[in-house]
Amino acid sequence: MKQLVILSGKGGTGKTSVTAALAHLATQGPLAKPLLLADTDVDAANLELVLQPERRERHDFIGGAVAWINPDLCANCGDCLELCRFEAIVETLDGYAIDTRACEGCAACVYQCPAGAIELRDERNGESLRSASRYGPLCHAHLDPGADNSGKLVTRVRELAREQAEREGREQILIDGPPGIGCPVIAAVTGVDLALVVTEPSLSGQHDLQRALDTLEHFGIPALICINKADLYAQGASAIEQLCRERGLELIGRIPFDAEVTHAMVRGEAVTALAPHSPASQAIAALWSELAKRL
Amino acid sequence: MKIAITITAPQTDAPADPRFGRAAAFCVIDTDSGAREAHPNPALEAASGAGVRAAQTLIDLGVEAVISGAYGPKAHQVLAAAGLGLYLAPAEVKELDALIERFQSGALARAETATNGGHAHA
Amino acid sequence: MPEPLRIAVASGKGGTGKTTLSSALALVAAGRYATRLLDCDVEAPNAALALRPSLSEQRAVSIPVPRVDEARCTHCGRCAEVCRFNALAVTPRQVLVFDELCHGCGSCVWICPEQAMSESEARIGMLDAGTTETGIDFAQGSLDVGQSSGVPILRALKRWTPAAWRVSPRIEIRDAPPGASCAVVETLRDVDAALLVTEPTPFGLHDLKQVVAICRELGLPTAVAINRDGIGDAAVEDYCAEQALPILLRIPLERHLAESLAQGNSLIEAAPEYREPLARLLQGLIELAEAPR
Repeated sequence: MKQLVILSGKGGTGKTSVTAALAHLATQGPLAKPLLLADTDVDAANLELVLQPERRERHDFIGGAVAWINPDLCANCGDCLELCRFEAIVETLDGYAIDTRACEGCAACVYQCPAGAIELRDERNGESLRSASRYGPLCHAHLDPGADNSGKLVTRVRELAREQAEREGREQILIDGPPGIGCPVIAAVTGVDLALVVTEPSLSGQHDLQRALDTLEHFGIPALICINKADLYAQGASAIEQLCRERGLELIGRIPFDAEVTHAMVRGEAVTALAPHSPASQAIAALWSELAKRL
Repeated sequence: MKIAITITAPQTDAPADPRFGRAAAFCVIDTDSGAREAHPNPALEAASGAGVRAAQTLIDLGVEAVISGAYGPKAHQVLAAAGLGLYLAPAEVKELDALIERFQSGALARAETATNGGHAHA
Repeated sequence: MPEPLRIAVASGKGGTGKTTLSSALALVAAGRYATRLLDCDVEAPNAALALRPSLSEQRAVSIPVPRVDEARCTHCGRCAEVCRFNALAVTPRQVLVFDELCHGCGSCVWICPEQAMSESEARIGMLDAGTTETGIDFAQGSLDVGQSSGVPILRALKRWTPAAWRVSPRIEIRDAPPGASCAVVETLRDVDAALLVTEPTPFGLHDLKQVVAICRELGLPTAVAINRDGIGDAAVEDYCAEQALPILLRIPLERHLAESLAQGNSLIEAAPEYREPLARLLQGLIELAEAPR
């Protein structure tokens, strides 16, 4: 089984549109292989908007526990306020309470409370889902707005994906990754075989590409690069080419700016399915043939 | 001696699980008496450091050798620091009896270093 | 010292133009008020690319991680037991500490019955500050590669008052991270108003709704700016009307604009005709923030 993650560093470079198109291409033609999709951008879960899958399974996600102060036992000593390093204890009119958004569930207050008034309580952070899409099963999740533990929810999605791919003999897992370089990204790239970084030629795209590549290198994951909206800023695109050469990385795709990509998103289709002859679709098809060789 | 094998369900007849930190459970076997106990893996619910937690669990159970399909760097470091023998289960061998037999006949390879790139914080 | 009026620019979906708008708002604001900009997107900080501040001050952000005095340690295992993040393992011979898993909560140090643990600082990221030629006080945080949580960096960024800054800004603009997770809440929790930048597509709408949910929970006055107006469908407009979210700015997709922004120009450099609409946007946000609630 091979796992490919699509990353970007910077958000909005077209990760999800590219992922949907690759899923379409991977399941077409004589070389088609059974595929499974995983959307690990759990606080902006957009792959389902393109694939419009049918939901099969849903589970609440208990991401962790947060502290709770029992007002009947609390002696109002204020020790917890002093020791909490996450600004999660708030003073109320009649004592103290937990700001569950700030609480990291470390339980320091639970162990230190002289009155034994604090306990940990499980907290729902979102839901994990299994669905059936036109290009294969989709494992995905929704983080509750503002919730913590997105990395753990990503890990849950990865486990669902791996388990189902093994059970159904699916040879490829295509993972739509989150933006950034933090906890959810680390969870999304853990144990994958290959990463495709979709960037854009803007200065910010270049800057965030570097950080994404540093992160992949840190975890020892081979990376390939693709420039989306490559014709928007020629100098920026050459700077990325230069960067790839310096880092010894392969640039395997250049997708031109193409309004069909947005049209496809609005219609809930992969661009390669809706407009196979558009410039973006042709570039993504070329990208896929390069990728397929390396998987 | 007491050994542990990672297994896919908390039952003493469950097949081997190739993962260490995120294995479903551990089968602890007393190779002298043949007694077996299944222990669920408390690290399954961990948001981070599953390998560390799973390793701690086995150390606390007094296990002297471990058989699993792979070891992340942190789990490897902890288990090695505690002086446990770390052995690799071949992917095609899922039956506990077969693994125990191979272990006793010295046919299992040792995991000298971590065998995967690092489950970072997962 | 009076508190500044704080406006956060967030979006849900990445790449909708948060940084473009927050830096443009700061530029417009700086023409009238003492202004500061905080780049709160610590995983991908980009506001400096458009504002080009000269960064004169730097500070490491660290968290306290435990160190063990093996001479006093009895390897009882209490520290590993209380650690919810599995950052510690206790073997009969030694204690192993994994700094990268530690959240710096202090629980292990306080629980140790032998007082064998102390704390040492471990770096997780950096803060940088300076001023721009246009007179904006600027600061950004950046998470070190391989570190998982940017929230401690955000907290440090919000508390920092670099020496290079003017004493009392009237306006503080925060460039929020994308998404709708805890880092977005940390950025929004003490602001006076939020501007949500979106694009009129299904992705833009879906992710906008997530951030609106956070703003509602925090009770924040909220307005919307639509970038790349005209590219998708009308669903974002319909949603804003239904939710009574004022749309204070629209920026149609124009190729020359996209090209100029990609080169690192600010919106005002790329399209000076936006100066007036941006001033109105700022005014609208100030009114929203100051309106009695």
